[in-house]
Amino acid sequence: MSNATLESGADMADGTARHGVEQLSMQQALNRALDEVLAEHPKTLVFGEDCGRLGGVFRVTDGLQAKHGSGRVFDTPLAESGILGMSVGLAMAGFHPIPEVQFDGFAYPAINQIVCQIARMNYRSRGTLPMPITLRVPSFGGIRAPEHHGESLEALFAHVPGLKVVSPSNPHEAYHLFKYAATRPDPVIFMEPKSRYWQKGEVDLANAEAGGGSPTDAKVMREGRHLTLVAWGAMVARCLQVAGLAAEDGIDVEVLDLRWLKPIDEAALAASVRKTRRAVVVHEAPLTSGLGAEVAQLITQACFDTLKAPVERITGFDVPYPSGDLEDEYIPNVDRILFGIQRVLEYRRG
Amino acid sequence: MAAVRHLDTSAIAWQRQGLIPGYAPELGQEAAQVGSGYAVDTTRDFVFPTYREMGVARAMGVDMVAYMSTHKATWHGGLYNPLESRLAPIQAVVGGSVLHAVGWAHGQTLAGNADGRLGVAMTYFGDGASSQGDIHEAMNFAAVMKAPVVFFVQNNGWAISVPTEHQVAGGSVAARAAGYGIPAQRIDGNDVVAVVEATRHAFAHARAGNGPALIEAMTYRRGPHSTSDDPGRYRSLNEERDDAGEDPLERFRKRLLADGVADEAFFAEALAAAKAEEELLRAGVQELGSRPGNEMFDLVFQETTPALQAQAANWREESEHV
Ligand SMILES: Cc1ncc(C[n+]2csc(CCOP(=O)(O)OP(=O)(O)O)c2C)c(N)n1
Repeated sequence: MSNATLESGADMADGTARHGVEQLSMQQALNRALDEVLAEHPKTLVFGEDCGRLGGVFRVTDGLQAKHGSGRVFDTPLAESGILGMSVGLAMAGFHPIPEVQFDGFAYPAINQIVCQIARMNYRSRGTLPMPITLRVPSFGGIRAPEHHGESLEALFAHVPGLKVVSPSNPHEAYHLFKYAATRPDPVIFMEPKSRYWQKGEVDLANAEAGGGSPTDAKVMREGRHLTLVAWGAMVARCLQVAGLAAEDGIDVEVLDLRWLKPIDEAALAASVRKTRRAVVVHEAPLTSGLGAEVAQLITQACFDTLKAPVERITGFDVPYPSGDLEDEYIPNVDRILFGIQRVLEYRRG
Repeated sequence: MAAVRHLDTSAIAWQRQGLIPGYAPELGQEAAQVGSGYAVDTTRDFVFPTYREMGVARAMGVDMVAYMSTHKATWHGGLYNPLESRLAPIQAVVGGSVLHAVGWAHGQTLAGNADGRLGVAMTYFGDGASSQGDIHEAMNFAAVMKAPVVFFVQNNGWAISVPTEHQVAGGSVAARAAGYGIPAQRIDGNDVVAVVEATRHAFAHARAGNGPALIEAMTYRRGPHSTSDDPGRYRSLNEERDDAGEDPLERFRKRLLADGVADEAFFAEALAAAKAEEELLRAGVQELGSRPGNEMFDLVFQETTPALQAQAANWREESEHV
């Protein structure tokens, strides 16, 4: 095995144990996770535009340069292709790069390096040059930002052989999924839902998967009997809200947080929908060739005999992500999701 | 310049008051922007801005409510008509439109306009943007094709938190032009007269069919990168004072007074006019409603698709339902 595979320890490098439950925002949880990964794994490097001195435009890397030094946490010139291309060489030299692109839309200038190089170097080199690169991408919309600051790129990344894709939905997930992703020997695109950076939540620092499960499973966030809502990233919170509203009408909705968008936990999808017999997939990205299509097909394949209705998709539209004034028209809102649930529940076989 | 300064500082207030969600101020860059924009011939030239060229837009006579609409989050590219204004849509991608300028400029050559009457493209970018590979491709293409394009670099010392010395190897963007055989001028970007002269010179060079030219206007971003930025995290007030140099407005004012071209009454009048203009613009921006949601669908293609029409129909039905 290459030196790229990193073992994850239970305790901090400085000997302090991690335990307890803390109230953290996702930004704080990620900052903590990065800090610990840097401390525990000497080959990790954190870099990108404004990641060092400023601590990132979302402050996710705040304080890390002061603590771990400017050799391990540094600002790069403003060039995404450069950042990702350099990551390839660093990985070849035995490092574990954790680059950041400042916003989702600025992964586009790096696509050449991500798709043509990072994703296939392991294959090209017959396994001798693995690419343990964890690319952090503040993702999705909802913050009334300028153009290219609200995009959902998961389907693009998931389509590329050689990449893995994950997105946390809350601070606890962010902390643990990041610590897991950042110690893998393969490239992982880590999509951070920027609209949820500042919401606080309980982070059980020692216990990643309360109630069992593994870090690569999808996770049932709310149990239900009548229908499964499948979501990831920022849409999980919205789906939980929808499930609460549906419960008032006696509709018992299960919410499945997919977490890994590649590879998708097919067994969890099958288990949930075999039980509820109905599913709605929710994502912000445009409809056509979105990840919802993949999820719907996996469900159909596994549950065709038990499904009571076709899988419904509630998504963004096939339009460029709009300016702030039209953002709420674009992102799946509570009403659109409830309509989708209604259509599925009312479906009758012709 | 007075109008631009007043609108720029007012826009920050608009943001604080909740009128607009964000803004990218150009405080300190007025001479570079107004001076270069002033040299554009809007009957035949075309300008490619970034997200910070409000002063250029104003100098070119662009409808400023339509320009500011991008900061109201009404429409990403702004609501002005780029073809009529000769100003490409506001560009959020750093370095995103520099190659477009080269293409537009080469189009002028292909269209057969005689040397001396060529339309010229001017493209703006920053010291940070100069790190992007596209910029190097643009300079090489332009030089190989002898495209009538002016690369106007505003070196304002910072790309968000990263100072020029950590961004630009060799410390100068102008020096790179030599590698492509492009004539470059590194000028005092806070001296509006120098900016006008340098820009006119570069335009004349390009218009005459001599190919591209580059101007690196040395200036300083006196304000935050944007209204969500906190410069205190990466530079001190003392550093700002030392590095900013003399205020470009103050400098021009002194010069006009010394040359006897203007008196105090002139400046008082200019300020009053700037205030009146800002009030009108503010009212205009305030009145800007959201664009109708169907524009999301209608403006994706010239020839729409059945799937998109179906999505639009669903959207209409569901939004009426609510
Ligand atoms: C391709 C791309 N990467 C990152 C960003 C985020 N970003 C916006 S402005 C900026 C700094 C730009 O600096 P510079 O080019 O010097 O221009 P200035 O903002 O100083 O006018 C960054 C990193 C972006 N808009 N586009």
